[in-house]
Amino acid sequence: MKYVDEFRDAGIISGVAREIARTAKPSRLYRIMEVCGGHTHSIYRHGLRDVLPANIELVHGPGCPVCVLPTGRVDDGLAIAARENVILTCFGDMMRVPGTKGTPLELKARGADIRMVYSPLDALRIAASNPEKHVCFFAIGFETTAPSTALTILRAQELGVNNFSVFCNHVTIVPAMRAILDSPDMRIDGFVGPGHVSSITGCRPYEFIARDYGKPVVVSGFEPLDILESILLILRQLDAGEARVENQYKRIVPWEGNPPALMALARVFELRPYFEWRGLGFISQSALSIKPDFAGFDAEKLFNVPGVRVTDPRGAQCGEVLKGVLKPPQCKLFGTECNPEHPVGALMVSSEGACAAYYRYAMHASAVEA
Amino acid sequence: MCLAIPGQIVEIAEKEPLARVNVGGVTRNVNVGLLDDGAVAPGDWILIHVGFALSKIDEGQAHDQLRMLRAMGEDGLAIEEVRGYRFAEPSQ
Ligand code: SF4
Repeated sequence: MKYVDEFRDAGIISGVAREIARTAKPSRLYRIMEVCGGHTHSIYRHGLRDVLPANIELVHGPGCPVCVLPTGRVDDGLAIAARENVILTCFGDMMRVPGTKGTPLELKARGADIRMVYSPLDALRIAASNPEKHVCFFAIGFETTAPSTALTILRAQELGVNNFSVFCNHVTIVPAMRAILDSPDMRIDGFVGPGHVSSITGCRPYEFIARDYGKPVVVSGFEPLDILESILLILRQLDAGEARVENQYKRIVPWEGNPPALMALARVFELRPYFEWRGLGFISQSALSIKPDFAGFDAEKLFNVPGVRVTDPRGAQCGEVLKGVLKPPQCKLFGTECNPEHPVGALMVSSEGACAAYYRYAMHASAVEA
Repeated sequence: MCLAIPGQIVEIAEKEPLARVNVGGVTRNVNVGLLDDGAVAPGDWILIHVGFALSKIDEGQAHDQLRMLRAMGEDGLAIEEVRGYRFAEPSQ
């Protein structure tokens, strides 16, 4: 398999950038939110900020799974890991997210049995081969990831693996977008809609944003050209006084989503009445819990987790950055106390986190050869 | 973790919803239970996320996606992730 290193589309990209500059009215300011952390990463990596006119502001959205997980839930997961005979499993990004008493990685170094997995099915396999232990999977992620957890729970039931559970922190993107639209300190003119989340959910769930809030949503791919095209489509809608949901990422996203994945979600999960998001606070019906039919696999039913609400460490402004009110370097800890080697906040952990992306690329502009 | 990794199907398992895929020379089994029954066959390309096929794609899209992972400096991580899928490998 061959990787092609150079940018195929350099010429087309400057064409789209020129078209954006022509379409954007110099008399107004455009605030466009890219919802998904993958887009945030791509925007910084490719220096897309630099090819946009100054009156287009890109606001980073909440679509980064580890970033929106509140510290209290990290603590809850680590409380499960601290129990006798428990193996806690989680994705690599999660290993470095700070809880009140440290990150999963640090707790592991102090003796807790915490293991990184690349798939929830690997957590299930660890359970099957360690019948004398209880294996809990710390599940995070949006609709892209939740169907995989659902199928894993169904598989555990089918195989009769009874020493396996899921600490479910799956969240859904649309209620967070609604919360942002309802928030008085946020003025967003349009959304670059999530790519892979939409491959599961389809485009319909965003229709209310166009209909009720009058804002364009363009579901977008992750390449620089995709993102610029999506921004142009948003500008064209705004220019024409329209608000619609458009699908720029048709090659991956079917308008109706992925029916088998949606069925798996509906079988295993139900909506929580409310869930806490870092920065955004409690949002109603914004997260998934495991249905009572599968209570035997629900870590929250099996273990008494503390469930304590914890504020961010002193000086950390993750919430403001997540809401798009502050840019990463405006946080008092950015680049000093908080850096990718020693993340104070979750936004510095994952490559999808705005602070990590900014630190890696925007601070070292020479590293961006795009 | 929102990486979606392109891979080419080498073989489809008979009893379970599993497909053996090749990602940059690494072969592993991934779960195809999120795709419609019979949606994929050997030679097809899929996008993989946390051990599951998310969608079927064509070869051109697979190469685009690879190029993008490369451009984002995430191609090494992608291979590492696929290498880490152990759930349907014979135990060592
Ligand atoms: S720099 Fe660190 S503490 Fe500040 S907002 Fe970013 S992640 Fe949070």
